[in-house]
Amino acid sequence: MNRQSLTRRSDFEWVIEASGCMRVPGIIYAGEKLIDEMDEKVCEQLTNVASLPGICRAAYAMPDAHWGYGFPIGGVAAFDPDEGGVISAGGVGFDISCGVRTLHTGLIADQVESRKGEIADSLFKNVPAGVGSRGAIHLNEQEMDEMLLGGGRWAVARGYGRPEDLEYIEEGGCALGAKPEFVSHEAKKRQADEMGTLGSGNHYLEVQRVAEIFDTATAAAFGLRLNDIVVSIHCGSRGLGHQVGTDYLKAMVIEGHRPIPDRELACAPIRSQLGQNYLGAMRAATNCALANRQIITHLVRGAFAEVEPGAKLSLLYDVSHNTCKIERHAINGTTRELFVHRKGATRSLGAGHMDLPLSLRGAGQPVLIGGTMGTESYVLVGTGESEELAFSSACHGAGRSMSRTAASKKWQGRKLIDELREEGVLIRTRSYRGVAEEAPGAYKDVNAVARAAEEAKLARRVVRLVPLICVKG
Amino acid sequence: MRIMAGWEHFSHGSDIGVRGFGHTIEEAFEQTALALTGVVADISRIGQREKIEVHCEAPDLELLLMSWLNAIIYEMAVRTMLFGEFHVVVSGCSLMGTLLGEEVDPERHHVAVEAKGATLTALKVVHNQDGQWVAQCVVDV
Repeated sequence: MNRQSLTRRSDFEWVIEASGCMRVPGIIYAGEKLIDEMDEKVCEQLTNVASLPGICRAAYAMPDAHWGYGFPIGGVAAFDPDEGGVISAGGVGFDISCGVRTLHTGLIADQVESRKGEIADSLFKNVPAGVGSRGAIHLNEQEMDEMLLGGGRWAVARGYGRPEDLEYIEEGGCALGAKPEFVSHEAKKRQADEMGTLGSGNHYLEVQRVAEIFDTATAAAFGLRLNDIVVSIHCGSRGLGHQVGTDYLKAMVIEGHRPIPDRELACAPIRSQLGQNYLGAMRAATNCALANRQIITHLVRGAFAEVEPGAKLSLLYDVSHNTCKIERHAINGTTRELFVHRKGATRSLGAGHMDLPLSLRGAGQPVLIGGTMGTESYVLVGTGESEELAFSSACHGAGRSMSRTAASKKWQGRKLIDELREEGVLIRTRSYRGVAEEAPGAYKDVNAVARAAEEAKLARRVVRLVPLICVKG
Repeated sequence: MRIMAGWEHFSHGSDIGVRGFGHTIEEAFEQTALALTGVVADISRIGQREKIEVHCEAPDLELLLMSWLNAIIYEMAVRTMLFGEFHVVVSGCSLMGTLLGEEVDPERHHVAVEAKGATLTALKVVHNQDGQWVAQCVVDV
């Protein structure tokens, strides 16, 4: 990105001053190197988002921001319905409520190292992943609607998981205000056999080791010690969420708010029939994602029970990073109810926030940052400053630095799997080409992204995780 | 001179662009569908055992392309099939499409990634001065 179009406010904060149609400035949080590597499109898309009606304070981009769909991926924007604010299907994304969940195993590295192959095989056998995979659960129409209303709570009531899991999921595992009646027949049909499936692309199921501790006190509050083994699940709302995104993107471009600076920013006033229908459908899709991660958690527990029955597999936390949530934030000294879009961005609540479970309230929210199958992931903690900086938001992952086409030309899946095995990472997949497209070298440096989030005070690093096993779709 | 039909992928930050071109809009749409399949699997390995018909309508040709690709993505998902041959008839802003394919076999078809949806990003349907039709957009995967 060309720095000349930006005003530098600090080492990690860059401003696109409001001009032309922009109602608020654009703010990017990143270090010099990440700014230089960032796609010029982020600047263009942030400028467009800043021109939408009802936007508050600023349009924000996180350190891992890249070219998205109208909104940049790694974008955050809050809209006030009292000021004509809008909701955008592109601002939430196709994979509604895609997110990361991390589980404590209660095991340490030495207990797992010699059993890695067995654990990998058991996870791969028990958790359906990849193109065309189907889950063991088939939902009829009534069950589908119940799932869309109940999310994680529905899953636990059906026996997929433990009641205590729900406390460690945003909104207690259930998005309120879901309206299954505004989810199309096609979306429900697409989901009928996809419950408890991981998907493909950048989605994964990993067994990881705590390799470094940055903040001992917070790590202890999160129950994390050096060499602890955790399991992380990255996936979303599967076919239902994708179809809801598809249906409403088309509806918003045909019937939505006018004028807009770019057709990709298709949106609808929050206080319109279309806006309300989308909100109801989006929350239903959010519940689908939460139920899906809950079922996968149940499958992971089953997989460990076959080979390592002592594993605890309790939740550290579950965060969604493609969302629009109603939240209360201070705007010019007044607390307002805003619709906060986070596309490829994670909520980052600081210590003391009332939305956190009691056991985490003293420390702050775990911010789960996914890396790649060969590098690192991070657990960060939300900061108090993040509220003022970006409506309590932080980054969500590394972000790609190379296209899928280029990656599949540069790497061979089979060879990559062999190389990673030499480095101690076991990959299980049905798609060598998928592995090549997801090569660690095709992603930005997640260490730099996590460091930039910390230095910008969006979140603080707690531990670094390295992968031991990765199941890819 | 006869304009050749063909398809290609183009780069996008996190996902992938699909582009088809041809002598007619139908050819361009058929080729873009092949480019979409090429994102998911190896087209040359897909047999044409089953025929599926789809119908799409939209207010303009660009949204018609998006609807066409999304109809294919939907059929791939609900039928767990891959399609390696497409036939299209465009009439105004509506389309009748035929998809020929078979049930997905991840190993035989060399699958790579699922397509989530066709997007408005880089969405274009253009009739060039030299008579060539080009149809393209980015697909979220």
